[in-house]
Amino acid sequence: MIKRFYPFIKEYKKYLILGPLCVTIEVICELLMPYLMAKIVDIGIPALNNSYILHIGIIMAILAVIAIAGGCANMFFSSYAAMGFGANLRRSIFDKVQDFSFGNIDKFSTASLVTRLTNDVYQIQQTILLSLRLLVRAPLMFICALVLTLSINPRLASIICIAIPILLLAVFLILRRAYSLFATMQRKLDDLNGKVQENLIGIRVVKSFVREDYEKDKFQQANDALMRAGLRAAGLVIILFPIMMLILNGTTIATIWVGGNMVGTGLMGTGELISFVSYILQILMSLMMISFVLLMLARSKASANRIIEVLETCPDIVDLPQTKVPTENTQRGKLEFKNVSFKYNAESENNVINNISFTAQSGGVIAIVGATGSGKSTLVNLIPRLYDVSEGQILLNNIDIREYPLHALRQQIGMVLQKNVLFSGTIRENLLWGNMDAEDREISKAADAAQAEDFIKSFPESYQSELGQSGVNLSGGQKQRLCIARAMLKNPAVLILDDSTSAVDSATEANLRKSFYEDFKDTTVIIIAQRISSIVEADKILVLDDGKLVGFGNHQQLMAENQIYREIYYSQQEVID
Amino acid sequence: MASKNYQPDPKNMPKNHGGHPSGPGSHGYRKPKNAKKSLKRLGFYIGKSKGKLTLVFILMAISSVAMLAASYFLKPLINNYILPGDFAGLARALAVLTVIVVVGALASYLQNKLMIGIAQRTTNTIRKDLFAKMQTLPLKYFDTHTHGELMSRYTNDMDNIYMALEQSLVQLLSSAVLFVGTVVLMIVLSPLLFLITAIILAVMMLISKKLGGKSRTHFGQQQKNLGILNGFIEESIEGIKEVKVFNHEQQMKDEFYELNRNYRDASIKASIYAGVIMPIMNNLNNVSYAATAVFGGVLTVMGRFDIGSLAAFLQFSRQAGQPINQITAQLNNVFAALAGAERIFEVMDEDSEIDLGQVRLIELGDQQQERSWAWSDGQTQTPLLGDVRFNSVNFSYNGEVQVLKDISLFAKPGQKIAFVGSTGAGKTTITNLLNRFYEIQEGQITYDGIDIKQIKKDDLRHSLGMVLQDTHLFTDTVMGNIRYGRLDATDEDCIVAAKASGADGFIRRLPQGYQTILRGDGANLSQGQRQLLAIARVYVSDPPVMVLDEATSSIDTRTEHLIERGMDGLMEGRTVFVIAHRLSTIRNAKAILVLEHGQIIERGNHQELLNQQGRYYQLYTGQHELE
Repeated sequence: MIKRFYPFIKEYKKYLILGPLCVTIEVICELLMPYLMAKIVDIGIPALNNSYILHIGIIMAILAVIAIAGGCANMFFSSYAAMGFGANLRRSIFDKVQDFSFGNIDKFSTASLVTRLTNDVYQIQQTILLSLRLLVRAPLMFICALVLTLSINPRLASIICIAIPILLLAVFLILRRAYSLFATMQRKLDDLNGKVQENLIGIRVVKSFVREDYEKDKFQQANDALMRAGLRAAGLVIILFPIMMLILNGTTIATIWVGGNMVGTGLMGTGELISFVSYILQILMSLMMISFVLLMLARSKASANRIIEVLETCPDIVDLPQTKVPTENTQRGKLEFKNVSFKYNAESENNVINNISFTAQSGGVIAIVGATGSGKSTLVNLIPRLYDVSEGQILLNNIDIREYPLHALRQQIGMVLQKNVLFSGTIRENLLWGNMDAEDREISKAADAAQAEDFIKSFPESYQSELGQSGVNLSGGQKQRLCIARAMLKNPAVLILDDSTSAVDSATEANLRKSFYEDFKDTTVIIIAQRISSIVEADKILVLDDGKLVGFGNHQQLMAENQIYREIYYSQQEVID
Repeated sequence: MASKNYQPDPKNMPKNHGGHPSGPGSHGYRKPKNAKKSLKRLGFYIGKSKGKLTLVFILMAISSVAMLAASYFLKPLINNYILPGDFAGLARALAVLTVIVVVGALASYLQNKLMIGIAQRTTNTIRKDLFAKMQTLPLKYFDTHTHGELMSRYTNDMDNIYMALEQSLVQLLSSAVLFVGTVVLMIVLSPLLFLITAIILAVMMLISKKLGGKSRTHFGQQQKNLGILNGFIEESIEGIKEVKVFNHEQQMKDEFYELNRNYRDASIKASIYAGVIMPIMNNLNNVSYAATAVFGGVLTVMGRFDIGSLAAFLQFSRQAGQPINQITAQLNNVFAALAGAERIFEVMDEDSEIDLGQVRLIELGDQQQERSWAWSDGQTQTPLLGDVRFNSVNFSYNGEVQVLKDISLFAKPGQKIAFVGSTGAGKTTITNLLNRFYEIQEGQITYDGIDIKQIKKDDLRHSLGMVLQDTHLFTDTVMGNIRYGRLDATDEDCIVAAKASGADGFIRRLPQGYQTILRGDGANLSQGQRQLLAIARVYVSDPPVMVLDEATSSIDTRTEHLIERGMDGLMEGRTVFVIAHRLSTIRNAKAILVLEHGQIIERGNHQELLNQQGRYYQLYTGQHELE
């Protein structure tokens, strides 16, 4: 695990050396204090030597100043290293996720990716910070204090040597159990958050079915489960503290008994005994620090695993080693499917897309119709390589799409997804996604073609209107039209519309369609539509059924020869007669 | 003697302030505006465990006193037994000390144990109340607040409260007790030496205050940056598919790098300021220790002090600084908790949905169908029929833009009324007024002749079946999701509903059929399949009035055709409001209302409207103009 995370902190290597060095200085200065104090009590006081006492006192003061400097410097270095580490790690994950394919993203789900990027990274960053501060300091303090006690009186130190293993064993046993308890607690917390989230999303459903009490009950179950898990985990950890206290104080009492006897028989100085007691304190304190860091480490292990899982996932769609740069060729937008089959999961038996072949000529309009779940969206997702075909190949301008660099391929394709997402920012900024260098004239043209200009202009701030929470609220149809405008602005060779006008009313949709046919003559348009009326003009219509191509032709041909198409058609038409 | 205050208390370490990614605009950190008020309300929650809390304080006092006593014990130990060599006395004294130490440890354990229970139970109750409150909030609230914002109440804020309850409360008090006790005992041991300690303590307090304030400022800065960064992460990951389709990866990365850097720089500063307090305090403590050793030594040399007292005093001088550190650290926690509590109480103080309705829905027989409205006088009953009327209704979401103007309409029991109009014309809004998702400003809506404001909201909604534009499913089995419509529905009822709504086919093809667990709002189902389930859900609930808001928009027409009979069966005998873009689905409506800019501009049945050759005619022919 250390090896896995080291690269992210490598940049701060020198801090990793300087930090512990400063800690070492601090610890040594700190630990010399009781030792020097013993000198005052055992040598200065009996000899009634005030100047000696003062002399030692000044040394102690200087040591304290050095210790402050060392301690602060370590805080400085550790902060830089840990926060820098966190930033690097976050950046790597973010980059990685940006390179993920849709398949990768589906596997993790976006919600869990967000948690990993935020909470999990934070958890690890804080653990690293603490480790940097304590993991050198505590063991060092432990060792130095142990050495000093041995140097003061080896016989007395043997008491400590008995106490430590007992303490370590107790800490080990408790922490081992605590780890699984904390993991359970985390799971219960996830459950609870899931419940809240679900209620936020589905609040309208809850309200319209009057299920508030039902939801409250479900929530309370999760809430109680979390409380029970919390009580168990915290209840175990607090045992640690009194056990440590007892061992620590037991050791001290034993020391005073044995040491007291030694002082009585002149084998040891009173000052030495006092400083000895101080060191016991230091030793136990450092052990507590170590066990605390271990506890933190145990708790962040789950986070670390979740992050490693992301980092170790290979994007399943990547550029081939040798890619072809697309040339401005004459056949802009010619699209060909050759025996394409696809399944989401390599192990599953059934293909979602089954051996489909067809050709879309440059500038043509291809429509896809079919029942819910027949594979329409899946089919178009294959074109910009959101998923890769399982068998067969797809050619764009006679070149296998896998031979293009991904970036270049997607540059040629404009796509409006079924579920649209707009980002916070102004309308203009959102449209610019299509083409960062677009001029206002082009933006306006695309918006006009997408039937969005009118409503955009109706907002007080027009194209500069902010979207989202603080800004204008768009209706579903308006959102769809903005998304279409965004895709149009790209001036793509292939424009894919995945049922993107479902919330647009018929009249507006008719206008939209007109601009597809008229303004985008050299763009190959692929439309998934529910309404046959939207697509009767298409050059070719693909009829999908259960992932298979069961009809291919224009409206007239399909009406004449395709049973399924006719059924779809009549299911929408009978109203007219 | 070993003291509790010496250890690097795990509880004082920096804790997770990362929390849930809060939506843009909601930042984790804020100073409590009205700390006193929040404290009082928090006190109300804690007050529920008053008895236990009293016990905690008693135990806290015992363990603090035990700690002080143990340290003070060094003086008699050294002076009376070790130096004179009285070993029998030493043994006795050590036995007493052992008892003190064991009692102290036990008291502190019990106190922690109790406090965990109190903290857990208190947060459990607050969480429960918050959730219950959330269920009563009007939709307007959810429209104007992000999910992230509300989520962080349950995560970050609740966490901070728990931490403060579990540790800070007791720690603050015990630190205060220890501090006072230590100071008193030090003065008893040697007022002169205490002067030295007092000077250094004053310096420590000054530094602690100064650095504490600085660290709080930087911490606020860090949290603000974290909020922005997390907001960006959330948005960019939620929209990752868009990013890919538009080749926007690099732009996202660049923007992310900048926010990431900002947060890093802010967090470095915050962490340094928070961090340096520790070594400075520790070592100032050591200075105090050194000074005490020197002057104590000198005093002893001069014969005005003894070694036993010096040993005890040295021990105390080490401990004296610790409570100050503790109090600084715990106060930070308490402030964070109060700020969190304030945010939670803010939600709890929001106005709930107004529900002054007195008219209840009662069941007359065993049959669901036989229901009736019962007036609050206990006498009058109005049969539940499903007659709905809007009388000159005006509505605005924000008080500025008039969304609906002078809407009047009626639907007699069993009639099907359709709304047609362009996007944003106000169709969905009308249906949202009927079930009182939003309150109308002017006019009146009646249900079976009763003003809907007089009807108990729950009962009003029970009498309405809604299939909403956006379908939402819950983490549960498919069966459970259908049963959501009526909790006492049997499996058979649910399957009948699924068959009628055309969902049965795809459900049976799912891995575990009806027992398949849906997760993440039914993410593994297509939009069309989700709509079928939503229809089945309403089918089970069997209401006299139904609203179908684009209920079949994502269902392909062929499937729609197949489920038509089921839909007809579903609508039969009910008052139905339909919103559909597909005009074919509404042709047989009793009345079609054409809306534009929040007004009804045309009304009539299909044929009448066609003959009128107005807007409806345009819409209708527009749909077919390409044929």
